[in-house]
Amino acid sequence: MSLVRPFDKLPTLNSAAILLVGTDESQQQQLAEAILKEKKNFKINIHVATSLPLPAERDHIRPRIDLIAFMINMQSKHSLRNVEASLSHMDANFFLGKVCFLITGVGRMNHCSVEMNAVRKLGNLYCSPVLFCELDSEGIRVATAQRLLRMLQICAGHMPGVSALFFSSLMKSSIDE
Amino acid sequence: MRRSGRRQDMDTPDSGGMTPLGRKTAETGINFTSTTRFSRGLTFIRTHTLFGQSPTRRIIPQTSLLQENADPQKIAFLLRKQWTLYSVTPMYKFSYGNLKEYSRLLSAFVAAEKQKGLAVEVGNDLGIKVTLSTLLGLKGTDQDQVAILVQIASRSQLPFENAENKVVWSGWFCCISGDDLLESVPEDFTCLSLFLANGAESYTAIVGSWFQKTFDCYFSRLTISPLNLAWMAAMWTGCKVDSHMAATELVFSVPCIPQSLDISYAIHPEDAKALWDTVQKTPGEVTQEEVNLFMDCLYSHFHRHFKIHLSATRLVKVSTSIASAHCDGNIKILHSKHLIGVLTLLTELAISQIQ
Repeated sequence: MSLVRPFDKLPTLNSAAILLVGTDESQQQQLAEAILKEKKNFKINIHVATSLPLPAERDHIRPRIDLIAFMINMQSKHSLRNVEASLSHMDANFFLGKVCFLITGVGRMNHCSVEMNAVRKLGNLYCSPVLFCELDSEGIRVATAQRLLRMLQICAGHMPGVSALFFSSLMKSSIDE
Repeated sequence: MRRSGRRQDMDTPDSGGMTPLGRKTAETGINFTSTTRFSRGLTFIRTHTLFGQSPTRRIIPQTSLLQENADPQKIAFLLRKQWTLYSVTPMYKFSYGNLKEYSRLLSAFVAAEKQKGLAVEVGNDLGIKVTLSTLLGLKGTDQDQVAILVQIASRSQLPFENAENKVVWSGWFCCISGDDLLESVPEDFTCLSLFLANGAESYTAIVGSWFQKTFDCYFSRLTISPLNLAWMAAMWTGCKVDSHMAATELVFSVPCIPQSLDISYAIHPEDAKALWDTVQKTPGEVTQEEVNLFMDCLYSHFHRHFKIHLSATRLVKVSTSIASAHCDGNIKILHSKHLIGVLTLLTELAISQIQ
């Protein structure tokens, strides 16, 4: 089974690919629809997977993945365990700014089954930004989609002068006090 | 790192972030003295419960027995009843000397509310009698305020049964080992952060609104998150019970299904205790890792048999021989020996909710 690698394929002109990894398919669907609704001047490929590694047989038709968003639902410990297991099937180069953790379901604190500490630790351990959102709320869903799209643009190299590594180190300085 | 030793921290006054900010507010001279004290306390608390995190370690209280002056009849009254949990902010100018006066006023208030706003005279016989009394011996530490029991008794409508008043509603305030809150609250306030009610909800609303108006406090429902329920499952499983062992039962709710599906997972109490004993490393102390490991063991056992990931569902109810708790904020305590232990945890949750 092959690792997902960030730089093993050539980029396609004017397009970017994001991979959403998470156990909750309806949430992935919701987020993907929100991303597609946003106005953008490039072609976007959204790939969804419940876990990594990705199947090897269709690897040749898969585009280069520019950004991986791991979705963790605060209300399901299973989603956290799944992400933790998936992380070992990735090339280390991805963690140079092309990974983010998307924490969903933070709106209802008294339904949380995952400790806040655990996800913050995960973010620190893998040097990747942790984004909190509540996909059930329309406004936050749109904002999250915009945010991911912006990150994707940077990760795909569409923003002159800003690289993924530079951007993630910018994010990091604001996360750690 | 500082968070890990929560209990120990409180003994040492140099708890990190609180001093600089306290000093800063005092220097600017905008705040009054009492406000400064209060804000300093809040800063101290905030460093501990950022994002509503639960502590990574909890101590099982050693002196779990009730104090000697406890009235066994009153304590027995608290057990084996379904109580609804509320958290209460500190009460302003509450006085233990005035309980009789409060009883009289509250009786009149309840009667007035029941008569839909018609005027009533204080002190008249209205068929409703409210009694406020102290619940002695219900303390975790000596600093804790004395617990208060509120009971509403209604005169029977039938004339020949006038001998006994029937208790229609009861509620009690307590605060067990609530030291972190007590330290930060100014003198005129009384901290009785946890309120438990049993009876018609309309009475709870009336009594709550009287307390809110009279003592400038605020009542809110105390719900228990699945994380805290897991803590309860682990901590209560580890408690020793001499007699009347009931099965440890966990109820899970499966999301994303039109009609809700509940999964009940019952474990023989001795098996649960045996599992917990292999998980727990230091007696008298429970850590977050141990709780996680205990639950993960139960989950993987269930997965092996039924191929269902319980970790993807939501824990909604825990019942053990000690007590049972529902995520909506209902609790039933079964053992007087563990009453203080259960209330200590609930007080901690109530305090973290009001901060």
